[in-house]
Amino acid sequence: MLDISIAYNRYKFIGHEFLTWLWFIIENDPDKIKDENNTPVSLDMGSRIVLENSRREAVETITIKGSESELEEGRLALSNGAVVTEMSLFCKINDRLWIFNLKGESLDLSGLKLPEIEEGETSDDLEGTILLKMDGYETITAFIQQMYKQFLKTRLTDQWKKKTVPAIRKWASAV
Amino acid sequence: MGLLTSTTSITCYRVEGKITKPLTEYVSNALKKNTIANIDGQPAEKAVGWTSFEHPFSPKFTADSFYFGSAMIFSLRVDKKAIPASVIKKYCQQEWEKQTTASGRKVLSKNEKKIIKEKVVQELALRVPATPRVFDLVWQYEQERLWFFTNQKNANEELETLFLKTFSLRLIRLFPYTIATLESGLSDGEKDLFTKLTPANFMTSE
Repeated sequence: MLDISIAYNRYKFIGHEFLTWLWFIIENDPDKIKDENNTPVSLDMGSRIVLENSRREAVETITIKGSESELEEGRLALSNGAVVTEMSLFCKINDRLWIFNLKGESLDLSGLKLPEIEEGETSDDLEGTILLKMDGYETITAFIQQMYKQFLKTRLTDQWKKKTVPAIRKWASAV
Repeated sequence: MGLLTSTTSITCYRVEGKITKPLTEYVSNALKKNTIANIDGQPAEKAVGWTSFEHPFSPKFTADSFYFGSAMIFSLRVDKKAIPASVIKKYCQQEWEKQTTASGRKVLSKNEKKIIKEKVVQELALRVPATPRVFDLVWQYEQERLWFFTNQKNANEELETLFLKTFSLRLIRLFPYTIATLESGLSDGEKDLFTKLTPANFMTSE
């Protein structure tokens, strides 16, 4: 295995491609979005997306906040060679809602809000509250890993170059 | 920011290695040994150590107090004394003036100034209370998994260092490369393909 810090930097582009692919799947093939038990998951773009274009002389960072129409700017940036480096997402599994930001290079979750549970008010309830919270963290981290594994399966086959990349280009340029 | 806060951040780790001694006793003793020290009223400027999840400001690890269900939950605490640079400058200049007046010299050497600054910082550190930062963690031993409730780079580095020192177990941060090679169930051939990947180009025209 490579040195961790070298591997982190060398393969951060994979995380960026994952988020780019995820956005494409959300908009074009949402039936593919399932958890590890094959349960359909409703995944929607949040109000913030960050893209980076390193194909130009200076690295350009584009932050988009807002509505659907503003997301079109993001697609335009993709067609100019940018990739998604960070995005906010709404994820609904079995009618429970998670809201979070996902960073491509690390797959770290931030700004994470779990589905609402009733907080325990006495110490007797603390363990129960913790276990419910842990279930929420477990579900969302497992789902992200599941989607990443699904991405890898595509990324490591010829299908990526022959079908996926051309389809993403076509979608990005159809603004 | 933590396990029970309404909004949080998570960094996921894989825990490498196994503990060969009785787990609960080993972890309990290791936590006690590496519990955060109180540096208020002490010259130390910074302390890093473990604290209990339920009582982060009066840490106490009893036999299995860190177990919640099958998970071990405790917190990393980093205490740091923040002395404003302008305050250090003020006291240093006062001390320089005292010494130049007393010695009849116009200037002090670089080394003399350095010694004065160290003394000033040490004296101020005795008077300034440390600012604590607490970061919760959940360690699921059987699953070799750990969640750390922050993405802050410094806190993650402190965690990795202290965890290794405390338990002699290495934490491997899970990010695109490590998930692909350790957690994704890829075959050796697929892992080999992964290491040779180069960035895709989504640009519609060059």
